[in-house]
Amino acid sequence: MKSIAELQAIRDKMQKSMNMRRDSDDSIRVVVGMATCGIAAGARPVLAAIVDEVGRRNLQNVKVTQTGCIGVCRLEPIVEVFEPGKEKVTYVKMTPEKAQRIISEHVVNGRVVTEYTIGAAE
Amino acid sequence: MNFVRSHILVCGGTGCTSSKSPEIIEEFNKQLEANGLSDEVKVVQTGCFGLCALGPIVVVYPEGAFYSMVKVSDVQEIVEEHILKGRIVSHLLYHETKAADNTVSSLNDTNFYKKQKRIALRNCGVINPENIEEYIAYDGYQALAACLTEKTPQEVIDIVSASGLRGRGGAGFPTGTKWKFASAEKGPIKYVCCNADEGDPGAFMDRSILEGDPHSVIEAMAICGYAIGANRGYVYVRAEYPIAVHRLQIAIDQAREYGFLGEDIFGTGFDFDIEIRLGAGAFVCGEETALIKSIEGNRGEPRPRPPFPANKGIFGKPTNNNNVETYANIPWIINNGAEAYASMGTEKSKGTKVFALGGKITNTGLVEIPMGTTLREVIEEIGGGVPNGKKFKAAQTGGPSGGCIPASLIDTPLDYESMAAIGSIVGSGGLIVMDEDNCMVDIAKFFLEFTVDESCGQCTPCRIGTHRLLELLNKIIEGNGTLEDLDTMEELCQYMQSSSLCALGQTAPNPVISTLRNFRDEYVAHVVDKKCPAGVCKSLLKYQIIADKCKGCTACARVCPVGAISGTVKNPHSIDTSKCIKCGACMSKCKFDAIIRA
Repeated sequence: MKSIAELQAIRDKMQKSMNMRRDSDDSIRVVVGMATCGIAAGARPVLAAIVDEVGRRNLQNVKVTQTGCIGVCRLEPIVEVFEPGKEKVTYVKMTPEKAQRIISEHVVNGRVVTEYTIGAAE
Repeated sequence: MNFVRSHILVCGGTGCTSSKSPEIIEEFNKQLEANGLSDEVKVVQTGCFGLCALGPIVVVYPEGAFYSMVKVSDVQEIVEEHILKGRIVSHLLYHETKAADNTVSSLNDTNFYKKQKRIALRNCGVINPENIEEYIAYDGYQALAACLTEKTPQEVIDIVSASGLRGRGGAGFPTGTKWKFASAEKGPIKYVCCNADEGDPGAFMDRSILEGDPHSVIEAMAICGYAIGANRGYVYVRAEYPIAVHRLQIAIDQAREYGFLGEDIFGTGFDFDIEIRLGAGAFVCGEETALIKSIEGNRGEPRPRPPFPANKGIFGKPTNNNNVETYANIPWIINNGAEAYASMGTEKSKGTKVFALGGKITNTGLVEIPMGTTLREVIEEIGGGVPNGKKFKAAQTGGPSGGCIPASLIDTPLDYESMAAIGSIVGSGGLIVMDEDNCMVDIAKFFLEFTVDESCGQCTPCRIGTHRLLELLNKIIEGNGTLEDLDTMEELCQYMQSSSLCALGQTAPNPVISTLRNFRDEYVAHVVDKKCPAGVCKSLLKYQIIADKCKGCTACARVCPVGAISGTVKNPHSIDTSKCIKCGACMSKCKFDAIIRA
């Protein structure tokens, strides 16, 4: 170790990937409905696509988790996005391609993809 | 870069390892592979979470689900339900973290963790101890960097002094003062030494720190080296702590590789390196002068002080010797400031202390509390109380060098001064809880047997004194004691305290002294009434059958291994006390509570 800058670089890199172990943090949560209805409708590839996209863009302030049945099984696969301090946004009838767009537009740039939301589908 | 969406933390402390956590890790990796999840989920082996009673422990992030008593056969369910479908496996959750709506509530709100303040244990159960980068992510080596590049050695010593940190190995000597003594000595060769020869029965604080966060000790030793002007360090650790030794060696190797040990650290010209010295498991080698002799390659025997190690230590050179837990606090103090540390605890006992809870307590494990927390809070709230509805009788602090605290003093704060005032010590942090089924004479005997075994034999008061004391205790336990014996014991204890060479002999009588003071009536019951009130001392027990209650079912006679019970069917039986070996088999077999122990 020759300099403090070198130490800070390792710290910053590692801190991001270990954020999820801290009790409270300000990351964006992307939640995929993975109940039987969700899986039957294709939630697994959607989850995989989200994980891929987050990894490809090296996003570190994002937590990807799953949840059970939300209750509107006919609209599965469902993905919810929780931004700190904002109302949650529920996306329905997801596909891997649509999910990737949510990451790039909503999670990265903060623009809700209105056409995929539950409001637009109803 | 691969995005890892979930971390599965599995405890790799000694307790959980012995209940198969390595197999659990293996099974997780297998199941993740089978479900095609290996790329998005990571399994991490950590140090001790503290709640050893509920091990093996598995924590899944980002949800923070705390699974307890996990078996290898549970792994498939966790992977398929939780990891794949996101459904928390609620029947495996630690019951206190199970919220009403089946979600997970924070671990920090449970009774066990709520009152804890984890400083020395800050990274145990949080990071992978075998990965230096995880330590760096949690501010690792920041303190060393700050000391080397921004502070003079004197400033470092001043911070440690101002924090009020005192030796956590038992004696409670102010750490800053110790560093000052070593720094005042002339060089060029000085040593930094770490005492990891934790040997009290029931104590595993230092071991767990080395297993869960070895880098904190390495970093602190390097800081100490800078402060006192030493370039070389030794960690003296017991060979019978294989996981601790293994992880410490990995940590030292990684620290060298990253340049936190070696030459010209942070480009400041400061050199420092550490070597491990294995101890063979002799209790006396925890005494600093014996430890130093053992490091030098000689038989571990203490010598009189002065000269103190700060003046003449390892190989006759000035040496600073601290305990593992003491060192583990140092990086936190440098990073957070002396005031932050001194704001915890009491007026004279600052900061936090780790205790190993053992004995008759629900939450066996490791807890770190601010100094001055009362014994009641530790036992009843954090520890979950005495199990099986039994009554709390006493707690032994400080192991074989400490004393017992009776139930009447349960509101005593745990700090150096308050413990000394009631004739016990904080010690290294072993805390053994006893209930009404424990006989205090028997407890004193247990600790004396330990010190008889561990006395190095060099000085007479300890070598002979412990033997004579044990003989007297055995005499009492066998029902042959007299009241004069109690006085003789007290006198002998005083001689040992005042004339033994080292702390082992000086403190060996403490369990006898404190049980005699707090439970004298129990000794008197053994001596005068020839009875053991707790029903432990076999020689003083008699099993009897109450004729009125006995239905003559013959169950007891059939189970008796020595044929001491006689009687005919449907008629009251009786026990021949000359044949009875007091095994208690009849009593547990009797369905009518007709057999009593008196």
